[in-house]
Amino acid sequence: MLDDFFTRAILAGVGVALTAGPLGCFVVWRRMAYFGDTMAHSALLGVALSLFFQINLLVSVFGVAVLVSLLLLALQRRQSLSADALLGILSHSALAIGLVLVAFMSWVRIDLISFLFGDILAVTPADLGLIWGGGALVLAGVALMWQPLIASTVSEEVAEAEGLKPARTRLFFMLLMALVIAIAMKIVGIMLITALLIIPAATARRFSASPEWMAVFASLLGAIAVIGGLFGSLHYDTPSGPSIVVAALLLFVLSLLPGFGKPAAARAANKGVRG
Amino acid sequence: MLLHQLRYAITCAMTADNRVFEKMLHAMKQTDQRADEQLVSLNNAGILRDGRWLVRGIDLSIRRDEVVTLIGPNGAGKSTTAQLAIGVLRADEGSVSRMQGLRIGYVPQKLSIDWTMPLSVRRLMRLTSPLKDQDLMAALDATGIPHLVDAEVRHLSGGEFQRALLARAIARKPDLLVLDEPVQGVDFAGEAALYELIRTIRQTTGCGILMISHDLHMVMAGTDTVICLNGHVCCRGTPETVSQSSDYMKLFGGSGRSLAVYSHNHDHTHLPDGRVKHSDGSITDHCHPDDGHHDEDHDHGHTGHEHHENAQEQSAEGARSHA
Repeated sequence: MLDDFFTRAILAGVGVALTAGPLGCFVVWRRMAYFGDTMAHSALLGVALSLFFQINLLVSVFGVAVLVSLLLLALQRRQSLSADALLGILSHSALAIGLVLVAFMSWVRIDLISFLFGDILAVTPADLGLIWGGGALVLAGVALMWQPLIASTVSEEVAEAEGLKPARTRLFFMLLMALVIAIAMKIVGIMLITALLIIPAATARRFSASPEWMAVFASLLGAIAVIGGLFGSLHYDTPSGPSIVVAALLLFVLSLLPGFGKPAAARAANKGVRG
Repeated sequence: MLLHQLRYAITCAMTADNRVFEKMLHAMKQTDQRADEQLVSLNNAGILRDGRWLVRGIDLSIRRDEVVTLIGPNGAGKSTTAQLAIGVLRADEGSVSRMQGLRIGYVPQKLSIDWTMPLSVRRLMRLTSPLKDQDLMAALDATGIPHLVDAEVRHLSGGEFQRALLARAIARKPDLLVLDEPVQGVDFAGEAALYELIRTIRQTTGCGILMISHDLHMVMAGTDTVICLNGHVCCRGTPETVSQSSDYMKLFGGSGRSLAVYSHNHDHTHLPDGRVKHSDGSITDHCHPDDGHHDEDHDHGHTGHEHHENAQEQSAEGARSHA
């Protein structure tokens, strides 16, 4: 029943979701949703450059995402415009430049929709290796830097004063984000990567009593959303990215229903201290 | 005659128990060094932002077992100065030196945790370094919130959160404790208890403490040096000297407090726009010590002025001891 391409898509999607979970939590905690979006949109520029210079797609997308995030950090430091406006400018410019470049290259024919919204047919066995390899790398990085990442998310100043080098941590986080965007692009598509980062994390919030558990739950919920979405995509012949996001949204809405709240133990511990 | 006897006595003592004497000397030197060890020192440090000096010409140092309190009105650069001292901000002018391997415990003035992060007090305590359960509870006991160890941080009240932050900072057993308005939002009885706790920590651990406060009266008893800031060091000294100095009165107003009201002239006035009007009528952007406006040839003749002079002298002394 399951075609070979579909098994590959499921495996790839689950790999992406497991990787995206912890990173998505940080995107939510650090209020970087728009930042993530900007990095993701720049991926199309990476696609265009990859086609133009005939370089590896993954490398090109990763490189462009890193460059855009560094550019953002540098511009934010100058404080000439609000971060919000800067993100808006960079996000849409990167997307527009990517689209224009692709249009100029009349000799290549690419399926834009599959890049923007994901394509399960596009997953090759080699991609599968890259996704799981890259994902393992990202998860190892997150685990290694967990303490400084959490500390600088709570307070960069305290982290700096107490010797944890938050500037370095932030840079490291950008690299991880760029890597996740590069490996998630094929499955969910450029436009919807941030959704896969944020929605499972937001859903996990209600069940989690610590940042660590929230990261684990976000991974698991993301994986469930991917499996559900891909089956939907196969069944209704819908693009894979939007189907996954719809599945994630359904889980989120379900979690909002009363009775799904926090574990009872956490509720008891917080009794009497609600502000 | 007496001199001879004395010299003889000393010689005897030295030859008799030379080793003990040397040991004593050595020990004295060591304790001296330890006490003299500067944890942090700022030399003429300043921070420039958008063409404006947030603080400038700051000289200060903190040793072990010393409590330095920064006071000053809103926007005086108290937090900025503290952040300069601990390396969160880098000096655009002057220099800041910290002891190697200095362990800092920091309670920032503001800390906003996104409510989506599920963070218990227990987890907050281990934010920047691992901690034994026993030390963790001891610190929470000390700040009076052991019952909240498993509570979620976002459900704490302002005062409870402040106590948790203080507990976190002291549990690290730091060399230098930096407390930016540590008792904000704490009820009146708790405030006194927390200041008492800060005194105890200093006595038992011998750490240096840099504290920021709006109110000199509350911190008076436990402070060795008070530095009154307003973009620059206005005056410094023991709490007694500062509370009677003209600058302090100028900044905080003498009335409504239990201190005697002095009336006196002052060699500069801070205008609402942040500029400084000097006694000769000129206006400058800043009250920098080197701007030539602290000359002493203008008319004084007020009792309050002496304190001001004292403060100036002390600040000069402080500056020299850094060199």
